[in-house]
Amino acid sequence: MSEATLPSQPIEVRFRGGGFAPKARRWVGLFVFVLLIGITEIGTRQGWISSLTLPKPSDVLATFGELWESGLLFKHLIPSLSRLAVGATLGASIGIVVGIMIGLFSYVRAGMVPLVAAIFPIPKIALLPLFVIWFGIDEASKYALIAFGTFTPTVVATYGAVDNVDRSLIRMGQSFGLSWLSIVRKIVLPGAMPGILSGLRISLAIAIILLVAAEMLGAEYGIGAYILEAGSLYDLERLFAGVVILSLLGVILSTVIGFIERRILGWRA
Amino acid sequence: MDIRLDAISHSYGDTEVLRDISLDIPNGKIVCLVGPSGCGKSTLLRLIGGLERPSKGRVLQLGSPPEGCLNTLTYVFQDFALLPWRSVQGNISLVLEDHGIKGAQADAIITDVLARTKLSDFSKALPRQLSGGMKQRVAIARALAVKPAVMLMDEPLSALDSQTRELLMDDLVALWTRQSFTAAYVTHNLAEAVRLGHRIVVLSRRPGEIREIVEIDMPLADRSHGNAKLEQVQKHLWDMMRDEARAADEELLDV
Repeated sequence: MSEATLPSQPIEVRFRGGGFAPKARRWVGLFVFVLLIGITEIGTRQGWISSLTLPKPSDVLATFGELWESGLLFKHLIPSLSRLAVGATLGASIGIVVGIMIGLFSYVRAGMVPLVAAIFPIPKIALLPLFVIWFGIDEASKYALIAFGTFTPTVVATYGAVDNVDRSLIRMGQSFGLSWLSIVRKIVLPGAMPGILSGLRISLAIAIILLVAAEMLGAEYGIGAYILEAGSLYDLERLFAGVVILSLLGVILSTVIGFIERRILGWRA
Repeated sequence: MDIRLDAISHSYGDTEVLRDISLDIPNGKIVCLVGPSGCGKSTLLRLIGGLERPSKGRVLQLGSPPEGCLNTLTYVFQDFALLPWRSVQGNISLVLEDHGIKGAQADAIITDVLARTKLSDFSKALPRQLSGGMKQRVAIARALAVKPAVMLMDEPLSALDSQTRELLMDDLVALWTRQSFTAAYVTHNLAEAVRLGHRIVVLSRRPGEIREIVEIDMPLADRSHGNAKLEQVQKHLWDMMRDEARAADEELLDV
């Protein structure tokens, strides 16, 4: 740069910091939903979205209303929820226990990590016939499928969380003569909690996905059965009503985990 | 209770870190270990407290620990090592719970050590709410709660800014003056060593050997900031270490 082009006026330093710090923006999420549904409603009413592409959101709502009034909603919802509760609880709790064992014992790690890696990529839906042979056509095979699907991501998240517990805290525990059990209970578990909970978010979403898969087989009632039936009849309103229920379920579970996180991980903030 | 190091040598694989260290830590005295970075002084402290096994030699306890002592050899760490999910009080009760001390008995101990470290008003606070200096005082309170025979302090003031360090040094002197404790104190800061050490052990660079042991018989309470005699000792220590420190700094790390 030559002397002549140097400006004589002082220039204010350009701001280039900030950003990369997510903040809570309360109503934006809701706004996005409302906007998308609003556009669909207008589009289907005016005809630039054909009724074969998407159903009218108001019709979906009406279908939902019928479901509610006829009492069919709970007839479908209750078996689904109980399958989800039993399967996910089973899978997540076994997953957490195995994950902690992998984190704590070298032999368990050496034995289980390759096994988990082998099981993880199997589409659990492909094993459905196998589960039917093993556990019968009724509820047990559905529980097993959901449990199996939640198990693997929970294991991976849990042992990762245990690995990430600050070793200096464990050395501290040892240096004060704490027993092995105390160290696990008072240092390792609370330290792994954030990772376990964020793993549960993923595992529970997978559980909902597998719920529908489980109900593909011999389920008379259930959200999955309802969706599949609507799908095979190309009844888009009912299909979407079912999908909305699953989405709501996902949002509710994620909110519940968020609530638990705020309660027991208040020390992080 | 005294601690005696009997011809300690230690290596990690082929790397010899400590060579033939023999040393006494007498009861009621603070022994400072100083040396250039990477000379194995923190390793030596881990050996003394039994967190690592020496390759050769033994660490001996002479005499019995004081009455009521729950954890003979107790560390104070550089990074404080407080559980972030427990309050100040909870962090101290952590080390009492395993000895079956709960309820009123635990409360009495906690109240006492918090008062001694001037933390009484903060018993319910979480570590993230505390400044670095306060966190280290909590860690010191936790160490005092188990009535240790020997405190093993691993650069306890090195993570703090120089003003806080100065204040905490005063606190440590006050604590020791009220009730003398035995300590092995690792530091790279010579000013800390001459303020707090009754005996200063200078280690050479890797493999760490004892180069010199300097005794300072001035009482801790009389050692003020900028004292001429201490400055002289500190200069002597630095003259001894300067070249080694430079050589250690230029060494490639491939451990």
